[in-house]
Amino acid sequence: MLAPGVIVRLTALGVVAVIVQITAVSQITLLGTSADLTPLVVVSVGLLCGSVAGAGMGFGMGLLVDVALLQTLGISSLLFTIIGYAAGRLREARDPAHGLIPLAVGAAGTALAAVGYGMIQFLLGVEAPVSLLLLREILATVAVNTLLALPVYALVRRVVGPALPQDPRRRRGRQASTTRLSPFTRA
Amino acid sequence: MHDRSVRRRRAILALLVGLSLILLTATFGDNVGGPLRSIQRGMLEVLAPIQEGANRVLKPFRDLAGWAGDTLDAKDERDKMRDERNSLRRQVVSLQQAQRENVQLRRLVGLDRQRDLERQDPVTARVIGRSPNLWYTTINVDKGSSAGVRRDQPVVNGEGLVGKVTEVTTGASVVTLITDHTSGVSARVLGGRGDEGIVQTAVGNPNDLLLEFLPRDSQVRRGERIVTAGTRSNRLESLFPPGIPVGSVTKVDPDEIDVYQRVHIKPYADLRRLDFVQILTDPDRDKAAVVSSGAGAGQARAQVP
Repeated sequence: MLAPGVIVRLTALGVVAVIVQITAVSQITLLGTSADLTPLVVVSVGLLCGSVAGAGMGFGMGLLVDVALLQTLGISSLLFTIIGYAAGRLREARDPAHGLIPLAVGAAGTALAAVGYGMIQFLLGVEAPVSLLLLREILATVAVNTLLALPVYALVRRVVGPALPQDPRRRRGRQASTTRLSPFTRA
Repeated sequence: MHDRSVRRRRAILALLVGLSLILLTATFGDNVGGPLRSIQRGMLEVLAPIQEGANRVLKPFRDLAGWAGDTLDAKDERDKMRDERNSLRRQVVSLQQAQRENVQLRRLVGLDRQRDLERQDPVTARVIGRSPNLWYTTINVDKGSSAGVRRDQPVVNGEGLVGKVTEVTTGASVVTLITDHTSGVSARVLGGRGDEGIVQTAVGNPNDLLLEFLPRDSQVRRGERIVTAGTRSNRLESLFPPGIPVGSVTKVDPDEIDVYQRVHIKPYADLRRLDFVQILTDPDRDKAAVVSSGAGAGQARAQVP
């Protein structure tokens, strides 16, 4: 169960991230496309706080995106819930320590969101022709998001980390320093 | 203990996924005046001032990023502009001649159907938000019904057609761009026989619109301009007034001729970077709609895109 302090921080982070995305980031073009910070934030929360928090954050941020843009409710929530949960499960099951994990998971999360949107739109019915360049747009978005994955993860960790009871990286750091200081350690 | 935690985790996931699916199903079947849409509009009403404030605060950062991109593209852009300027100079000369003839002919025939945009009561609105995903090309603007904005009103900027209003609250509106996959605009080729078709988008390629349903024998050439057709019939009235520039023809592919011909268009308006737009509120049109619906005993007037 998450502490109230973490929930408050996650809520504030989600609201600010969605507003910054809609009002600024979506209007900046990089490599012919725009970055999408929302899946990166959801993935980072999943990696730092676990599957339940990741899924909850994904649902909340997705709902806020759909509400703020008057889109069909539920599409972003569904995708971001799954992405947040999957990132959280990765942390719980494997506890990956490599520094580039957020980058890989961020890219995968962005790709899943983009492809998922496409699949749901096809299920709901698309009357317009679909260009193959959509694939290029998806790849460009994934590439831009991959570049931003590490800074976003660092920012989310900075915001949420202090309120977490056991930040995995701090725990490992503590264990390492304790081992070095132990009188039973060989010189 | 471990089993209970696993069960709880899965239950939460199932609950959130179920909720999302319920919302999706309910919204998809919900009409414009439905309860979920009303709640969404209420939420937008609350969020719009926050979006507007954030938009103003973050504008310097957007401009900085835009400046960096513009500098990289500047040389190419300058060469293109020079070519376009030379071409436009030649056109201006011929158009001035045509304009003089046009005025004389209008007087003769008594036609005044083509209305200027100034007479459409344009309301200038600031763009306060934009959809981040590839499937919803919508923007939020800071003018709503209190400024006379209604659903289906056309939206333009200094360069050409931008889209139409699809949702309205008191202080904000959602504009669906012409590059959205749900958009369709009746348009005609300026030049040649003036053939008409429907401008649609190819999902995933916002710089490439398609002018569909042109006659097979249509002689459209690269560089020709496309404007809104603006049908003015009593039964089938277009949402868009005639003569709004949409884009120029970039490709005419003979392989794409089937029953109808299809040509590719580059939109004039830079839809990726919009700060201000104008909504054509046209009070005359509203009055006409009221008269028409009253005369039609409750029958909704048919409209073409």
